[in-house]
Amino acid sequence: MNQVFKRLVLPAITVAALMASTALAQAEMVLHRGNGAEPETINPHKSTGVTEANIEADIFEGLTTYAPNGDIVPGAAESWEISDDGKTYTFHLRKNAKWSNGDAVTAKDFVFGFQDAINPETAADYAPILDVIVNAEKIRKNEEKDFSKLGAEAVDDYTLKVSLTGPTPYFLGLLRHPISYPVHKATVEKFKDDWTRPGNIVSNGAYQLTEWTPQASLTYVKNPNYWDAGNVKVDKVVMYPTEDLAEELKRFKAGELDVTYDAPSEQIPDLEKNYPDEFKNTPYLGTYYYVINLTREALGAQPDLRKALSLGVNREILVSKITQGGEAPAYSWEPPMSNYKQAFVDFKDMPQKQRLEEAKKLLEKHGYSKDNPLKVELLYNTSENHKKIAVAVQSMWKQIGVDASLRNEEWKVYLETRDKKQFDVARAAWIADYDDPINFADMFLSDAGERNDAGYSNPEYDKLVKGTGTETDPAKRMQMFHDAEQIFLNDNAMIPIYHYTSQHMVSKKVAGWEYNILDFHLARFITVAQ
Amino acid sequence: MTDLAILAVQPEVKGRSLWADARRRFMHNKAAVAGLAILILVTLLCFGAPYLGLRDQDEINWDMISVGPNWAEGYYFGTDQNGRDLFVRTLYGGQVSLIVGMVATLVSLVIGTLWGATAGFIGGRTDNVMMRIVDILYSIPFIFFVILLTVVFNKSMVLIYLAIGAVSWLDMARIVRGQTISIRRKEFIEAAHASGVSNWRIITRHIIPNCLGPVVVYMTLTVPAVILTESFLSYLGMGVQEPNSSWGTLISEGAKSMDIAPWAVVFPSAVMVVTLLALNFVGDGLRDALDPKDR
Amino acid sequence: MLNYTIRRLIGAIPTLFVILAVSFFMVRMAPGGPFDKERKVPAEVEAKLIQQYHLDEPLPQQFVRYIGGLAQGDFGPSFKYKDFTVSELIWQGFPTSLALGLSAIAIALIVGVSLGIWSSLRQNSWIDYLSVGTAMMGIAVPNFVIAPIMTLVFGLMLHWLPVGGWGKPTNWILPIIALAIPQIAAFTRLTRGSMLEILRSNFVRTARAKGLPELVTLTRHAIRAALMPVVSYMGPAIANIVTGSVIVEQIFGIPGIGRYFVQGAINRDYTLVLGVTILFGALVIICNLLADICYGLLDPKVRYD
Repeated sequence: MNQVFKRLVLPAITVAALMASTALAQAEMVLHRGNGAEPETINPHKSTGVTEANIEADIFEGLTTYAPNGDIVPGAAESWEISDDGKTYTFHLRKNAKWSNGDAVTAKDFVFGFQDAINPETAADYAPILDVIVNAEKIRKNEEKDFSKLGAEAVDDYTLKVSLTGPTPYFLGLLRHPISYPVHKATVEKFKDDWTRPGNIVSNGAYQLTEWTPQASLTYVKNPNYWDAGNVKVDKVVMYPTEDLAEELKRFKAGELDVTYDAPSEQIPDLEKNYPDEFKNTPYLGTYYYVINLTREALGAQPDLRKALSLGVNREILVSKITQGGEAPAYSWEPPMSNYKQAFVDFKDMPQKQRLEEAKKLLEKHGYSKDNPLKVELLYNTSENHKKIAVAVQSMWKQIGVDASLRNEEWKVYLETRDKKQFDVARAAWIADYDDPINFADMFLSDAGERNDAGYSNPEYDKLVKGTGTETDPAKRMQMFHDAEQIFLNDNAMIPIYHYTSQHMVSKKVAGWEYNILDFHLARFITVAQ
Repeated sequence: MTDLAILAVQPEVKGRSLWADARRRFMHNKAAVAGLAILILVTLLCFGAPYLGLRDQDEINWDMISVGPNWAEGYYFGTDQNGRDLFVRTLYGGQVSLIVGMVATLVSLVIGTLWGATAGFIGGRTDNVMMRIVDILYSIPFIFFVILLTVVFNKSMVLIYLAIGAVSWLDMARIVRGQTISIRRKEFIEAAHASGVSNWRIITRHIIPNCLGPVVVYMTLTVPAVILTESFLSYLGMGVQEPNSSWGTLISEGAKSMDIAPWAVVFPSAVMVVTLLALNFVGDGLRDALDPKDR
Repeated sequence: MLNYTIRRLIGAIPTLFVILAVSFFMVRMAPGGPFDKERKVPAEVEAKLIQQYHLDEPLPQQFVRYIGGLAQGDFGPSFKYKDFTVSELIWQGFPTSLALGLSAIAIALIVGVSLGIWSSLRQNSWIDYLSVGTAMMGIAVPNFVIAPIMTLVFGLMLHWLPVGGWGKPTNWILPIIALAIPQIAAFTRLTRGSMLEILRSNFVRTARAKGLPELVTLTRHAIRAALMPVVSYMGPAIANIVTGSVIVEQIFGIPGIGRYFVQGAINRDYTLVLGVTILFGALVIICNLLADICYGLLDPKVRYD
């Protein structure tokens, strides 16, 4: 009977409730939001993208969550204590936190959540970021079969103890990542792969999924059981896949969308001028760069040549004339982030003219000049933006005596070429998953495998980056990252081009949309004027 | 109906050579002559572009990024988002597009018409097998065909023509076959058959000339389609590579910034439409000139 | 004719099988796989996924497995859209694509054939030139240029219609027009071409000479015969248009299946690509069979034996 109730009656009630609420449309506050693409999955443990995370952050809630300004604030946990060695976290869960079906959210749910995330059967892309939890790596790699050995323990229903392998200053931030969200055990076990469907899904966030039409829209409504439901203003959120940015902008201008996912870069100067209140352009934790293949001759063997290439790229012109999205010219690998002091390439403050002379000198040292140019191939995947930049860089390099040929490849072909290191120079980009330098630093460890596109290997760098894992003093830890970055930049294994910005159009009707570098804007903090 | 069909097989009048006759009739068609003149002019401009003393197609002007037509500076079509001269790029791009259009025309004229006419004329099992092959080629995912081509043969312009040739004749084959099965029962064909004329000769001398109308029309539909398909190939990393371009890639690039830089899509499109119109009039003129029923 | 239809339908099975087999191996030979991403998937995870999707088996075995699933109507799970199976994705999107495509084709047929007939009757008049001109624009200016112009004008500037989205009846208007325009152009050109041919042929001349009223001559002889190339063209055109258009669907935000052809291919979503390929192949075969049957209806002399 219970099952019948849940499967048939409950959805019917929801539908009835929805219809009733449509009838009272005046009273209902709806947020229409462009969300880039069709979500691949809304299972927080299996998803990987920003599109999915935007939805999951609204319908699920981690122990901590995002404040409108991006700060870490209590989520399902009301408070916590951190041991002196930084390795044990004790969370006190809210007693009034409920799942969307009314069940209480308990510490056991979080333990199950962590176990599901690192379960080898789940095959979660992001499972490795939980390796900081004791035994997580072993369980994930199937070396430890006993899940109870995981360093996450329900002391009682409302107390959760998490043991870490080392001091992890960014752990509280990690808990906001979808991989750390709890999932409802009974529902997962009952519906297996179908548990994320509307009608089946049980979630603990401020919203619950009610409708999902692939490629058209995904709708979630306020979860009446949410602990802070009284303060949630927006009754319903509709997320639209908006792959075509120009059309998304038109839908915004026509009033069909309240918030856009992005803005077409060509139109940014116009938006800045004509929509100063709606257009939001903010720094974002990402770096666009050209990676140099160190395993290939000429460039791999000669740091001078790599430096010359980097000197030859006029980043200011690229961002002001070509990309035009307000990006910051990049002279470092790590994007600007809180608490971290970036390292810079040594020519950062040199005027462009002097850089070009320097570049020519370095090339001449190895016998290259305009008459005998250095030949390199520049690989990029098909995209208007990548092409514009590549064409511009090609002409900049021409001036210093580098003859670059451009090669564009379809996305997956490009990835394979890059992984197999069959390129001289390739465009690449990296976006952080959370606000900590380790996100960028661990990519160029000599044992990072294919992630290390350059084939970079420097024992000193490895030592510094790996040392951060056991360093208990946060300031010292940041200094180590800084030193490592400086070493890495001096080796010129890649050419930083710009640091990303994130763009949105936000209607004047929308209140509560604040700047935040991680670019998460929970619907529960937003209001939409009618 | 029978008497009408017999009338269709008029004895050929001996006299002026067929070609001279066709030429005379073509030259009397003003629209066709004008079309031909435009086609020749566009072709000369595109292939002669390097000798016209224009800018290079990859010359970047950092002070003229994405600006509209500016006659004073000699940017007749404006510039693209990299500050390159769109007039020059349209001319250079025309080289690729014109060749692609020509290859598609040739392939679909030769393979398409022969395939369709043979299938339709012989009929039965042969027809079934031949047309099922067309269905199969039509249905297999073109994207993967292209990706595999790039991987196996690496990139070269010849590949583009190969890929486009491989698909451009399929619809033509269907159209010609449709025409063929409607005329193969006509008395003039059966008469030829009965008097021992070989199948090949019937197909080339009687069937194909009688399909010419739809063939010419469909030709003028295929050419723009393949010119645009070519831009999809470069999206897959196979078509023209920077700094080269084509009308298709210029139009699809221009379309992305249409809202703020309409010239980038308007001019290449306009050049292409004018060329295609010219091609249409030439096609119509040729069809009229060569029509066996009018002789 | 019934016999012929049955034989053709039986013959469709091996044809579909060849399409499927060629596509299956082609798709799998392409470089890159479904799990290649900018952010590399950890090795253990990739190994697990490969095992879960049976990609570790030899290709022929995978093919047999796939065919076995198909026989039970199971197209397999999507690699990209993990919360849905391929069958669900296709059956959720196909009715929309079908309805849109058929409406567009119907409109294109009516408008295109009428325009074609009209301009053939007034050859080399201004209306003829106008129709050639617009037809060439309709063909040469692609959807991705026309559709954004339509949303700009009718959606943003005039506020007559919504720019995008799905659910309201008004959401259908612009996409249908965008899909119909190139088809209208093609139908106009094809009809005009064959009409001219037939109007000049002796049998119509004779019919006119015999004093039959022109309208009767036209409908009875000319138009029926003139439709042959239109019918030939329509077979593949219908299959194309009812399986959706990636561009039109993306621009208007329509939940159809058109984008699965391109996106599925780019994501190397093997099962999704094969699913839509089978659907497309089946439609091509059916539409071409219908075209062949139509030949017989238009021209009683056409016989298949």
